[in-house]
Amino acid sequence: MTRLTVNGKAVDVDADPATPLLWALRDNLGMTGTKFGCGIAVCGACTVHVGGQAVRSCVTPISSVSGPVTTIEAAASDRVGKAVQDAWIRNDVVQCGYCQSGQIMAATALLKGKKNPSDADIDAALSGNLCRCGAYARIRAAVKDAARTLG
Amino acid sequence: MRFLETGLSAQRDARLVPVKLNRREFLMATGAAGGGLMLGVSLETTAQDAKKMVFPPSSFIRITPDGTTTVMVNRLEFGQGVSTALPMLIAEELDCEWTKVRAELAPAAEVYADPGFGIQMTGGSNSVASSWKQYRVIGASARAMLVAAAAQQWGVDAAKLDTRAGFVIEPAGQKRRASYGSLAAAAAKLPVPTRVGLKADPADYFIIGRPTRRLDSLEKVNGTAQFGIDKSLPNLRTAVLVHPPVFGGKVASFDPIKARAVKGVEAVVQVPVDRGGTGVAVIANGYWPAKTARDALDIKWEAATGPTTADQVKIYRELVLQPGLTARSDGDAAAVAQAAKRIEAVYEFPYLAHAPMEPLNAVVDLKADACTVWCGSQFQTIDQLAIASTAGLKPEQVTLNTMPAGGGFGRRANPSSDYLVEAVNIAKAMKQAGIDAPVKVIWSREDDIRGGYYRPLFVHRVVASLDAGNALRGWNHTIVGQSILKGTPFEKSMVKDGVDSSATEGVVDTPYRLPNLQVSVHHPEVNVPVLWWRSVGNSHTAFVMETMVDELARAAKQDPIAYRLALLDPKHTRVRGVLQLVRDKSGWTSPVPKARGRGVAVHESFGSVVAHVVEVSVDKNTIRVHKVTSAIDCGFAVNPLTVEAQIQSGMVFGLSAALHGQITLKDGVVQQSNFADYPVLRLAEMPEISVHIVPSKADPSGVGEPGTPPIAPAVANAVFALTGKRLRKLPFDLTQA
Repeated sequence: MTRLTVNGKAVDVDADPATPLLWALRDNLGMTGTKFGCGIAVCGACTVHVGGQAVRSCVTPISSVSGPVTTIEAAASDRVGKAVQDAWIRNDVVQCGYCQSGQIMAATALLKGKKNPSDADIDAALSGNLCRCGAYARIRAAVKDAARTLG
Repeated sequence: MRFLETGLSAQRDARLVPVKLNRREFLMATGAAGGGLMLGVSLETTAQDAKKMVFPPSSFIRITPDGTTTVMVNRLEFGQGVSTALPMLIAEELDCEWTKVRAELAPAAEVYADPGFGIQMTGGSNSVASSWKQYRVIGASARAMLVAAAAQQWGVDAAKLDTRAGFVIEPAGQKRRASYGSLAAAAAKLPVPTRVGLKADPADYFIIGRPTRRLDSLEKVNGTAQFGIDKSLPNLRTAVLVHPPVFGGKVASFDPIKARAVKGVEAVVQVPVDRGGTGVAVIANGYWPAKTARDALDIKWEAATGPTTADQVKIYRELVLQPGLTARSDGDAAAVAQAAKRIEAVYEFPYLAHAPMEPLNAVVDLKADACTVWCGSQFQTIDQLAIASTAGLKPEQVTLNTMPAGGGFGRRANPSSDYLVEAVNIAKAMKQAGIDAPVKVIWSREDDIRGGYYRPLFVHRVVASLDAGNALRGWNHTIVGQSILKGTPFEKSMVKDGVDSSATEGVVDTPYRLPNLQVSVHHPEVNVPVLWWRSVGNSHTAFVMETMVDELARAAKQDPIAYRLALLDPKHTRVRGVLQLVRDKSGWTSPVPKARGRGVAVHESFGSVVAHVVEVSVDKNTIRVHKVTSAIDCGFAVNPLTVEAQIQSGMVFGLSAALHGQITLKDGVVQQSNFADYPVLRLAEMPEISVHIVPSKADPSGVGEPGTPPIAPAVANAVFALTGKRLRKLPFDLTQA
């Protein structure tokens, strides 16, 4: 049994300690907002926050999770996360939407660390998050829009 | 862009155009649970058809007492925005309040078949084009019934009533008003009109034609959207499937002991897989145990043979020198030989994987007399038949629920229904192993990249002949590549005299006046499964046409856009308009920024025309695309916000392939495995892009695919302008050019 704090709640996960956080969230805790895209930390669909940092949950064993976990399901309970989600809707970013949980978690982590990110900052923070629909232009616009509304 | 938040009244008058649906369709109304109106299309009944008429599946629209209007979308939503566009069509004619409109994806059923193709499908960029009339007629019919219900209640002539944002109103007299929700139950009891009018003048539209935000954004930004891979059921098991390393290969033997020892694993079974092969499935209580067990499997495979890409290309390059089956032959084939000057070029295009972000998956609940499947399918009714035949059931015993999909790009529209047939075979094997539970089959990314059904590898050769004054005198074009359609139900209509039209589209229907045009094809048989991939044949033909035309413009020392306009058959007015718009919006005539090259390409596909003008730079043989200016003519743009998104999307998809994409094989084994060695475009590579729409009142045409074909040739032409190097092989590699 591995004890985790997920979205502010303590939960016990009955899984092999080597199980990636992604699958503990999806299969053990029934939280399917975090997505499986590659399994080797190269697409970013599985991005969550651990201790406030964006991490790839598909390669993070639950035994190594040492901080509180925040997933897309709780993004709106945070001021920055909510601003990012709102900007995403305002800019009509979503297409298929499958990568967007990861995009939003990565963008939220960026804006928590940098209030007014440059294009280079956005590239650095989000280039690990693939979007096959190619929504990149609107993703970039929405990050800037969210930064503006956060002031 | 301006956004529409609520509906406004639209004028309806003598300009209304009466329409009927197709001959075999008529509308049916019925009461909705909880007292409301449901309106659907039913097939005209013959005695044997009568039993197929069931409600609610044939319902397209459901209005409940609180005014919520649910539109059934008969397509797959996988990013293209159809679950917003089709509700817009109904809302326009229904005159309802947009904020009360919801979309639901329809399950597989004959009534949801595409009016043109006769199967329920999402492809060919035809969703809005094909549903343009049907969905508006349904909206207008529901409106007419609601008006009739109000007229009956108030004892007035229906012709004296109007509607506004979800209300029937009485403009004169007592000026009463009643909400659609309050009228829905009464309306359901009235006859469905046999003829209704549609708005004839786009000036009357209150929602279509206006940039309208998607209906499905909220659930996709807060993690609550349920894709196929997210489907949950009580007792659900997870399965992973090991496919043979060579397509159609067979298991010789396997040792399941280590795999079975993984905690959570319930069964390790051999199952039939696609193309007559066999594989091994692991069934467990979650993905991670299944994957861990899979990695511990020791499988010996029977010897099998398949191609090595380098050898295959060599054979194709020899074949392309010989004329093949005739696809088009105009004028005098010998014109090329007599020309003063010849420009000859050979082009090479790799196999490409679709690689949608959501790996393929399916949830199957198989019972003795029924099978229920949840899946993001682009081919619902075809898949339903394949599921039924695999399960040994009748089609009506199979329920296929359409789940939103995380991309598809053609991979989920497979005439062989490969991943669904395999999922049902796994469910059958579970039953035999005594596991009575539903199963979710999940492909890994490696399974996806190696799983076949690629855009075929193609080699083209063009010999263009010019007279002494550099005027074009002949165009001789040979295409080598596997047929996608041979052996499928589409063969009959789309393969003529052995020529697969999906390999020649974009060449045989060129908008240019190419004298003495000769087009022929070879379709070799190769043990690699192939399939349509966003924009199908246009994904390679546009590159050849638009880079060769660029060479001709250079040879004639003319401006590339001016040359194209002069070469154009005058009846292709859309191509002309798009070229002119992209020229004006891109600053084509302004000086090119220092150390940059500018290029253009235009291509017609799926009824629409798209042109891109790009600006590139090259640093140590790495191509960087800085700026893209796009123009599209897609007829009337139902949702300009979606049109913009889809042109951006199609452009990125094509640029990914041009800069990075290739699948190669060695002795039949795919050499790539994941996004690390099958890279796709990343945010840092994204150019600045602006999209411009040609204003049009023509019926809508395709939007999802036409943005893809012209980007690679535009980039190649820009690279030539900058470096003088002609790129003729994809993905681009300047070290070899």
